[in-house]
Amino acid sequence: MAQDFRLPDGGRIDRSKPVSFRFDGKSYQGFKGDSLASALLANGVHLVGRSFKYHRPRGIFSAGVEEPNALVQLGRGARSEPNIRATQAELFEGLEARSQNRWPSLEYDIGEVNSLASRLIPAGFYYKTFMWPAALWERYEYVIRRAAGLGKAPEGRDPDRYDKTHAHCDVLVVGAGPAGLAAALAAARAGARVVLADEQAEPGGALLGLAEEIDGKPALDWVAAALAELEKNDDVRVLTRTTVSSFYDHGYLALFERVTDHLAQPPEALPRHRLWKLRAKQVVLAAGAIERPLVFTGNDRPGVMLAGACRTYVKRYGVRPGKRAVVFTNNDSGYGAALDLQAAGVTIAGIVDLRPDPEGPCSEAAEAARLPVLPAQTIVGTEGRNRISAVKIARLNDAGDAVLGEAERLDCDLLAVAGGWNPTVHLFSQAKGSLKWDPELACYVPDEPRQAVLCAGACNGAFGLQSCLKQGTEAGAKAAAEAGFKAKGGRRKQPKAGDQGPLPARWLWKLPPAKKPGDKGLADRPAGQGGKAFVDLQNDVTAADLALALREGYRSIEHVKRYTTTGMGTDQGKTSNVNAIGLVADHFGVPLPAVGVTTFRPPYTPVSFGAYAGRDLDDLLDPVRKTPIHAWHEQAGAAFEDVGQWRRPWYYPRGGEDLHAAVNREVLACRESIGILDASTLGKIDIQGPDAAEFLNRIYTNAWSKLEVGRCRYGLMLGEDGMVMDDGVTSRLGETHFLMTTTTGNAAPVLAHLEEWLQTEWPELKVHLTSVTEQFATLSLSGPNARRLLSEFTELDLSPNAFPHMTLAETEVGGIPARIFRVSFTGEAGYEINVPASRGLALWQAVMAAGAKYNITPFGTEAMHVLRAEKGYIIVGQETDGSVNPHDLGMDWIVSKKKDFIGKRSLTRADMDKPDRKQLVGLLTEDIDAVLPEGAQLVEHLRDKPPMTMIGHVSSSYHSPNIGRSIALALVKGGRARIGHTIHAPLEGKTLACKVTEPIFFDPTGERLRG
Amino acid sequence: MLLIVCPWCGPRDESEFSYGGEAHIARPKNPEKLSDEKWGDYVFMRANTKGVLLERWVHSHGCGRWFNVARDTVSYRILAVYRMGEKPPKLDKTTYV
Amino acid sequence: MTPRYSIFSLLRNAASYHQDWPEAWRSPEPKPSYEVVIVGGGGHGLATAYYLAKEHGITDVAVIERGWLGGGNTGRNTTIVRSNYLWDESAQLYEHALKLWEGLSQDLNYNVMFSQRGVMNLAHNQHDLRELNRRVSANRLNGVDSEFLTPAQIKAFCPIIDLREQGRYPVLGASLQRRGGTARHDAVAWGYARAADARGVDIIQECPVEGFDIEDGKIRAVRTGKGRIEARKVGIVVAGHSSVLAEQAGFRLPVQSLPLQALVSEPIKPILDTVVMSNAVHAYISQSDKGELVIGAGVDHYVGYGQRGGIAVTEETLAAICELFPMFRRMRMLRLWGGIVDVCPDASPILSKTPVEGLYINCGWGTGGFKATPGSGHVFAHTIARDEPHALNAPFKLDRFHSGFLIDEHGAAAVAH
Repeated sequence: MAQDFRLPDGGRIDRSKPVSFRFDGKSYQGFKGDSLASALLANGVHLVGRSFKYHRPRGIFSAGVEEPNALVQLGRGARSEPNIRATQAELFEGLEARSQNRWPSLEYDIGEVNSLASRLIPAGFYYKTFMWPAALWERYEYVIRRAAGLGKAPEGRDPDRYDKTHAHCDVLVVGAGPAGLAAALAAARAGARVVLADEQAEPGGALLGLAEEIDGKPALDWVAAALAELEKNDDVRVLTRTTVSSFYDHGYLALFERVTDHLAQPPEALPRHRLWKLRAKQVVLAAGAIERPLVFTGNDRPGVMLAGACRTYVKRYGVRPGKRAVVFTNNDSGYGAALDLQAAGVTIAGIVDLRPDPEGPCSEAAEAARLPVLPAQTIVGTEGRNRISAVKIARLNDAGDAVLGEAERLDCDLLAVAGGWNPTVHLFSQAKGSLKWDPELACYVPDEPRQAVLCAGACNGAFGLQSCLKQGTEAGAKAAAEAGFKAKGGRRKQPKAGDQGPLPARWLWKLPPAKKPGDKGLADRPAGQGGKAFVDLQNDVTAADLALALREGYRSIEHVKRYTTTGMGTDQGKTSNVNAIGLVADHFGVPLPAVGVTTFRPPYTPVSFGAYAGRDLDDLLDPVRKTPIHAWHEQAGAAFEDVGQWRRPWYYPRGGEDLHAAVNREVLACRESIGILDASTLGKIDIQGPDAAEFLNRIYTNAWSKLEVGRCRYGLMLGEDGMVMDDGVTSRLGETHFLMTTTTGNAAPVLAHLEEWLQTEWPELKVHLTSVTEQFATLSLSGPNARRLLSEFTELDLSPNAFPHMTLAETEVGGIPARIFRVSFTGEAGYEINVPASRGLALWQAVMAAGAKYNITPFGTEAMHVLRAEKGYIIVGQETDGSVNPHDLGMDWIVSKKKDFIGKRSLTRADMDKPDRKQLVGLLTEDIDAVLPEGAQLVEHLRDKPPMTMIGHVSSSYHSPNIGRSIALALVKGGRARIGHTIHAPLEGKTLACKVTEPIFFDPTGERLRG
Repeated sequence: MLLIVCPWCGPRDESEFSYGGEAHIARPKNPEKLSDEKWGDYVFMRANTKGVLLERWVHSHGCGRWFNVARDTVSYRILAVYRMGEKPPKLDKTTYV
Repeated sequence: MTPRYSIFSLLRNAASYHQDWPEAWRSPEPKPSYEVVIVGGGGHGLATAYYLAKEHGITDVAVIERGWLGGGNTGRNTTIVRSNYLWDESAQLYEHALKLWEGLSQDLNYNVMFSQRGVMNLAHNQHDLRELNRRVSANRLNGVDSEFLTPAQIKAFCPIIDLREQGRYPVLGASLQRRGGTARHDAVAWGYARAADARGVDIIQECPVEGFDIEDGKIRAVRTGKGRIEARKVGIVVAGHSSVLAEQAGFRLPVQSLPLQALVSEPIKPILDTVVMSNAVHAYISQSDKGELVIGAGVDHYVGYGQRGGIAVTEETLAAICELFPMFRRMRMLRLWGGIVDVCPDASPILSKTPVEGLYINCGWGTGGFKATPGSGHVFAHTIARDEPHALNAPFKLDRFHSGFLIDEHGAAAVAH
């Protein structure tokens, strides 16, 4: 079968370029320029999918984004993709598509049994059953889950690349149909920077599928001329295959560009999708309109298609969507479809018109073309299994709620449905603009905008071509003017085109079913009896389902939507929402606006996760920060740990050592000879100004005014809630100059905290803060041989008297300008050497070389943690968690009684000094080899099984090679009063008893530190 | 993505800024003299206005300066931007919901 | 008398083309006075009314709702239910809720589709691991089921997670609460509404509160769009608007109302059979019974009543999801929405009496209110009925912000050396 339904000529396909593709394993041919849907139709394939719930056979329903039925699985393996609308997928050589949600095959689907049982599974049936026995719900659910879903997830890692880009413009025009092109032309002519975005492969919008004329010539000539002009203008960017998907605040929009989806062999350099993040001063929405189907019994068979889509297949793709068509309409626009179909050689079996007396140019044209018009008729049923074969029509009464007489049969293989048009108000509504109901057009149109938005053309309710062009030109000029660009030069001639004006129509939301013997008042016959009238084709929601929801008291349109799932499919109700609202309004006997409208949620059409992620993946997900010495650590085979964004050496395994062995070695080396730590990640904040000391007084819990130049001091910083926020050593470099260190993870938050207080509360203080974390590399030397080694590098007298603990010197180390701080976090005599970052690696290498004779040992964060825990030094974020105050840590010694500081007043609140608060203590397990797991909870009284009353938890726990046993720090309720007592850590399968001790295990007097 | 006009740098994307909550809250002069209740209110209670809220922002990925913003928390419209220490301008506080 | 739902009632009604189903709840006009008025027809408010009737015999109750039932955060969340909280106070409250969840469909005679498919919290670094162990240990001793999973166990439990060690956020371990899972959010509101209505509670929608009549420090009445309604007691349960109503009643709350976003993908066949959460990368994901991937994002950090958030939050969330599940990069975001969450300074809720006698407040659930729904309603009903808190919500009082007894659930997020 070779494109039997392709017209001999016409359409915007390239007949010189045949394209092979596969659908459900079968090979077909189409042409370049085809969509998958048009190519399938050209081959006579209508049945393309199965519906979500009842697995009913479904065909291609539309020619665009609104498609509810024709969803296919595209591609294979890691490039496989579910739920692609065949109407939007551009055909390329080798395209492979499969139908979804059916087994074993599309033609014979076991799931269709659901359709037979449909009376048992009305809307919301699952809320009413599957409850007994309770234990079985998850079994039921397993079956429900298997049945639900449409396509399948891709398999494996997505090999493709995605990208994001930023853009700014004066005027963004959404939609490149006649209104959008006119708007872009007008705005560009005024000098504005314009972005024109359209979701289709080529601009033209509805004109691509219509036989309209502009200025007496084919409309597409005008489109080509407009494009040529726009493309010549450097300030205009035309984006095709780009859907403006989300309208955020302050003129910010997200545009989703499908860069290579239409290519068989995408060039390596191009990303697959691109997310444009665009800020526009003004937005012109010219997004067109979407045709609405009619709700009647049997309206879902393959071969039922929107009338406008039929025209598009004929005119744009040169495809005859059937041989014998019935057109079913409630307004004039169905007639255009009938004429186009007839011109394409399709027999028109009848134009079934709800209106009793269709008059005007359309019906005259139909008459002239000898088309059989059947006024005041409705369709009461359809026939055909995998394709429509006939419709049944009957005469409609005056009220439109019942049929008169028996139904007649009309054979057909295509049913074109025209139920009116819904302006595409999605973006307008996303931008918080209000909508109003136009009773004459029976649609929601834009009302009050809340952002700088103008609407033009069909999305504004202007369905005639002339109005579209006029509104587009006006909106473009106005948007440019609002953005500061006055139109230049004389007035240009406005393009001329035909204009049908408003569509005379007969708006009926629910069409009555067929008459049955014995029926009296037909309108009251239960909805659902005698066939299904679908409102939402994708989610299989019928008019009867809506009626059921309303009957059960789900009155709000949002309840109706959620209870029945109408409008919640991948099409987000583009063809169903207004019909659903109409049916609800009918039910209550109120006008539509009284029912309200469901929210238009972004995005307009689905956007790939990949586009939102862009390149922010793998190592770019979050920046990795590395110290200037990182390369050395890598070479040394260090194992790393993530600390905030920093990647720090964790330990340096040698010859097959595990963590435990390496850390033991590193810890011992530090106590016995010398250890070296890369401490460059510690936050460093340079604080300068005459009020610097006063500033620190207010920030830290202790006093700073009297700290001498050249001295260092440990400081504790609280939040205003009194809880420990950070700690670190701050040094006085000069009378008005301090250097603060912070914990690695808190460098940025602490600087932000300081700036906030300085700028917002104490602007009178003359202080400047500068982050210098990355300006310096920091080498930390610890151990009995640290002094001896360092003295090889500096002329500074390092003797304990000349350079005691907690002092600093600015000098040279190994010929490099440096600051040496005599501070220690290990309990050994220690020196932190700051050198310019660029010299850090050189100094490290020199120190390592010179230190070889002392067996200098690089140590990582884990050994550092052990060393400091032996000394009982806290780590903020490990011994604290935002609920710990200085008193809890036994650090009252650092809290000034005299001066005020941030958080001081909070320390005297009623609940802050209670004896049963959790306090920092040491723990020694009875079994000296047992290391408590960090995080283990502690109890006073053991019970056989939970629940047990917890009194605290282990915050730090290690094997201490220096003490030759395990040690731990813990936060325990009333901990200090428990010193000497035994408490328990119930673990999985065992319990460890431990004795509460002072939180210090090594060198309690600090001799080594000062030595 | 709000567009915030930094009084020092001009209009910039929201992602360059950090939020600081209600503006014009002065730290009490003598915290020790306050009741627990008054102190707790100062630490934890912040205006959470539905409508126009005077709030603080900082251009954290820009000039680093704190400043004040009058913003409608429903429409997200920014009515005014003014520097620290300045008084809020007179505002039309009508909003929509 | 409300007829029971069952497979039999479904069959019976199928025979009559479902013409005879009664209303799930009535839509009455408000009476001039009630013993208790609950302001807020979300899950928590409706549950409160239900338990007032069921547990305390107080049936002269009205629930008044500004819009439609469940239209706030109840209908906007990602439906995760778990109780593996760190602090005793929180764990006990959420565990109370989880126990109620376990029998809720039967209790309400409405299938809320509570599905205990497990909730997994991932750890990406040593600090995460330490905090995770602390929480798992605390959970176990509190009688809350919780277990630690190694990377190999994670892979076995959820094979599609990317566990490459060289990833930016390698997965080093996880906690798993097998009793956790998801429920159908709308059904929770509807189920409670129907069950409360069956016990005589009046549910009144489209009834905005305009003010409170308070005399001598006592609540007298609620002024509404449908007239003045007298009440001996009033409970406010209006997540997202708590400050607004508190202000109308003359007191302040330490909450900030922030925009929170969530999104779903297009529906696909089952691929993810548990809930995966990662605090470090701010992403929560599960798959609904319909087949959609349901993804929770972070909050925007400014006060916002617009029920919408910014693009940056969506980008960060989806990047994190794509990192954890590289196969999902080709999945598409179908629908994105925002809610308003009331966040307390200690990230724990307030379930408390207020400075106004007879007026009670339930708020401040932040991003985690849905999972608490039954427990919250249950203890709040107790608080209102007895005029004193239930033991479980006693710690969640309003004046903790004065005394300093905070239950700091987000404090543990600090980063170590």
